Amino acid sequence: MIWKHKHLLGLEDLTRSDIELILETAKSFKEVSSRDIKKVPALRGKTVVTLFFEASTRTRISFELAAKRLSADTLNIAANVSSTSKGETLLDTARNIEAMNVDAMVVRHSSSGSVLLLAEGLNCSVVNAGDGCREHPTQALLDMFTLQEKFGRIEGLKVGIIGDILHSRVARSNIWGLTKLGAKVTVCGPATLMPRGIEALGVEVCYDLKKVLKQSDAVIALRLQKERQQDKFLPSMREYSTLFGINQAKLADGNDHLIVMHPGPTNRGVEVSADVADGKQSVILDQVTNGVAVRMAVLYLVLGTKE
Amino acid sequence: MANVKIMDQEAIRRAVLRMAHEILEKNKGVDHLAFVGIRTRGVILAQRLRAAIKDIEGVDLPVGILDITLYRDDLTLAGTKPLVKETLIDFDITDMKIILVDDVFFTGRTIRAALNALVDFGRPAIIQLAVLVDRGHRELPIRADFVGKNIPTAKNQDVQVILGESDGKTDEVVVTEGGLSV
Repeated sequence: MIWKHKHLLGLEDLTRSDIELILETAKSFKEVSSRDIKKVPALRGKTVVTLFFEASTRTRISFELAAKRLSADTLNIAANVSSTSKGETLLDTARNIEAMNVDAMVVRHSSSGSVLLLAEGLNCSVVNAGDGCREHPTQALLDMFTLQEKFGRIEGLKVGIIGDILHSRVARSNIWGLTKLGAKVTVCGPATLMPRGIEALGVEVCYDLKKVLKQSDAVIALRLQKERQQDKFLPSMREYSTLFGINQAKLADGNDHLIVMHPGPTNRGVEVSADVADGKQSVILDQVTNGVAVRMAVLYLVLGTKE
Repeated sequence: MANVKIMDQEAIRRAVLRMAHEILEKNKGVDHLAFVGIRTRGVILAQRLRAAIKDIEGVDLPVGILDITLYRDDLTLAGTKPLVKETLIDFDITDMKIILVDDVFFTGRTIRAALNALVDFGRPAIIQLAVLVDRGHRELPIRADFVGKNIPTAKNQDVQVILGESDGKTDEVVVTEGGLSV
């Protein structure tokens, strides 16, 4: 298994063995975070910049910690304080940052494909931390890492993805990754938020949450992105949570060993009820822990790799 | 390319047994003693040393597993990233007498990396080095405390340690003529 990618833009571009290499490498990095001294010198002298044009706490901090635990120097730039707010283009902003000799840029942007533009226009490595509705590869990788940790395998697992599939980059990355690793993916959500032709990606569509909870080994509840709901896709939040929110009563009728995942931040009472989020079947905080390990693996692999 | 067998299974067994005795002699027993093997074959040798000491003293000593990849000094030079494997040291090394174990002792760079890694886990009372083969050509001021066999080599030669547990073949140590780059 040899890693050959300079960037991580999405799981669509990766092979099964690429993904398995990241997950395998992440296993070693998880141990580093459990030490008293949570730092290894692997990326000493490298500079990693996080460039975020959309709000984020978890992902940005997770990347920053990952870089720091590998001894890289980090710099965080948020859109509202950067010069794009003065009219500079995305590529110009990125090129100016790169001119200060940075080695990797971790980018989140509301436009799908923005990271591809940057990867073409920059010499440093680009890691996608979420681009519009396209991909959020490290989230899917940490979901897969968590699944592998809980079940010992991904091949043959039945995974349900619940919620706003239309706008979800987490769903897309998970569909690419999980199907490549041999899981059976079912997507479930309101018909208005179900992209037409999604079956072409190798997933099943089901509109009945109860059935999905019954048949699945794990479900990923997606955050209902209130900022993307201006177009009246839903009659009301309440209707959504009645039909597609996961609560303890619905879980009781589901598969016994089902685990519940959520990429965060959770709208408690909308996608998952509070007792489910904090309950025995929830692995939401394990996902956060694993996120650091997975991002360490990604930074370790892409930094310095020439294409 | 001539392959010269330097040690056979019996020779390796005796060397390990002698090193076990030397470790006990130098440390005056098993108090606070623990092994840390460097992946992959250092771990196997550490386990064999532990088994030998168990036969002699009747005490089971802990064995930790160390992967030094992240501490290598050529990480930024390497074209493709070397595979990182898990480090597993499930005991506190602080105030312990740590016997660091590797198969072949060459430039000393691996041991330098291992020492840096070890001190990130705690502060051992002492670290001693045990190697099956010392082939010379040091590039750093590091020496071994316990040596199975000293083998004078040319720098372009390669020393291969083959152990049943990792290689599925009969134990042996072979010197290869100027073949693989080191």
